[in-house]
Amino acid sequence: MTTVALPATLAAAGAAAPPNLRRATGEAPWVRRLVIGSGLLFMTLFLFVPLATVFHEALKKGWAVYLAAIVEPDALSAVKLTLMAAAISVPLNLAFGLAAAWVIAKFEFRGKQVLLTLIDLPFSVSPVIAGLIYVLVFGLQGWFGHWLQAHDLKVIFAVSGIVLATVFVTFPFVARELIPLMQAQGIEQEEAARVLGASGWQIFWRVTLPNVKWALLYGVILCNARAMGEFGAVSVVSGHIRGQTNTMPLHIEILYNEYQFAGAFAVASLLALLALVTLVLKYWVERLVQGEKRSTGDRVE
Amino acid sequence: MFLRRSLLTRHSVLPGFDLALGFALLYISLIVLIPLSAAFLKTFTLSWQQFLDATTTPRVLASYRLTFGASFLAALLNAIFGLVAAWMLVRYDFPGKRIVDALVDLPFALPTAVAGIALTAIWAENGSVGHWLPFKVSFTPLGVWIALVFIGLPFVVRTVQPVLEDVNRELEEVSATLGANRLQTFSKVIFPIVMPALLTGFALAFARALGEYGSVIFIAGNMPMVSEITPLLIITKLEQYDYAGATAIAVVMLVVSFVMLLVINLLQAWARRRQGGLA
Repeated sequence: MTTVALPATLAAAGAAAPPNLRRATGEAPWVRRLVIGSGLLFMTLFLFVPLATVFHEALKKGWAVYLAAIVEPDALSAVKLTLMAAAISVPLNLAFGLAAAWVIAKFEFRGKQVLLTLIDLPFSVSPVIAGLIYVLVFGLQGWFGHWLQAHDLKVIFAVSGIVLATVFVTFPFVARELIPLMQAQGIEQEEAARVLGASGWQIFWRVTLPNVKWALLYGVILCNARAMGEFGAVSVVSGHIRGQTNTMPLHIEILYNEYQFAGAFAVASLLALLALVTLVLKYWVERLVQGEKRSTGDRVE
Repeated sequence: MFLRRSLLTRHSVLPGFDLALGFALLYISLIVLIPLSAAFLKTFTLSWQQFLDATTTPRVLASYRLTFGASFLAALLNAIFGLVAAWMLVRYDFPGKRIVDALVDLPFALPTAVAGIALTAIWAENGSVGHWLPFKVSFTPLGVWIALVFIGLPFVVRTVQPVLEDVNRELEEVSATLGANRLQTFSKVIFPIVMPALLTGFALAFARALGEYGSVIFIAGNMPMVSEITPLLIITKLEQYDYAGATAIAVVMLVVSFVMLLVINLLQAWARRRQGGLA
């Protein structure tokens, strides 16, 4: 079988393409250098320098000062509260994300677009406003303020308010990761399982969940990173009571405003480490998903 | 079975529709819809005149100008360098490319308060970059702009990158064969394909910047009329127990957010259509 070699098929061979064609579909070396140079300069200035600054400032006065700032009781109680808020809000949003993704990806129903928009809503609301709306509902002047006070309950300026605000701002993460993947996977496998007599929970645990496990993990990672780092919304509802309602980001703010820069950056470096771990996990999960896609693609072909 | 019977437009053998949708709707209502409606209901306690008075004082107007202006300019810079960065990551090879690619998401992962104090340490008058500059950055609108550039950086890169990866290289070859030079191929073939994604990324970065608080307040210095952003003004009013005033400004910002959400949805739908037509 002989084919006529067209320029296009030559180009597809990459390095084998004649130089004039490469010039026609690639950029001149100086353009390439300019793009890489300006791109890297921009990213260095806005990404690498801020990250390096956190660790540099944290360790500027030595390890002793660094460790002292972290094991100090107020810092420890801030770490504890941050972990607790994340430990409550992430599972709640995970359950919601799974339920929402299940209905949106596996069923055709009226109002689906509305539901999708509602899920995105917290992303477009300022964190400050997220805090404010809970003050309006649960604060002393709010809807349930008198009732809560009469029953000696506190939401605003208390831990439960911090958890609520955190749930709000981290609300869409898991759902957003799951929906596109589950939509792409379709419903054939679930239908097959149904026809073979599987119950709803069996389908969910044995078919749907294994298919989306990496996207689910990634959604949880993102949700957790945001939950631990949330500042604006939590700031409005917390009341900034040291040792009681201070999360790590709020503790950083207080130390910074008291000119305890080394301490502020020491606590900040913990959150920066969490961000780095998040980025590494994201990179790793993306490679796993791509690898899986490639292997299932081979099977289909 | 009520939800299933009344809402499903295509019959399905899969179970769990009522349970999952019921739970999702209950959760959205409790966490998002009911609290958000509280903001709107609270403003109804104000007369129209009171609402206008609360949302149009000179100090509030100055904060709108700063918030919208700095957000727009930050999104603009991100659109330019986001396209450059996406191009660099998709088309070129250079040492450390994977690390740079992974680092793009840093502003999503790094808590805003951490970013805020780091940016202040860098751009303050005695900071690592700031002391080289002949002008002040921190405690000026320029500082607000820097912080908003940081938090908006990933949006354009991450919306443009996948579209650029999918551009059919044969289109570029055809364009070259027909006599176009590289610049013409870029501006007439490639740019129109990535344009919807670029606009979407711009809108996402702009919308995010409008509501940003944590990364801005440290570097801004928060001087009324000069470097005070609208979200901070809401907090200031709250601390003065002016709940109605705070809520009135919040409602203005919410309405803007909803409009941005609509614009972004329309842009994304447009991008999908364009992509479908060219793939």
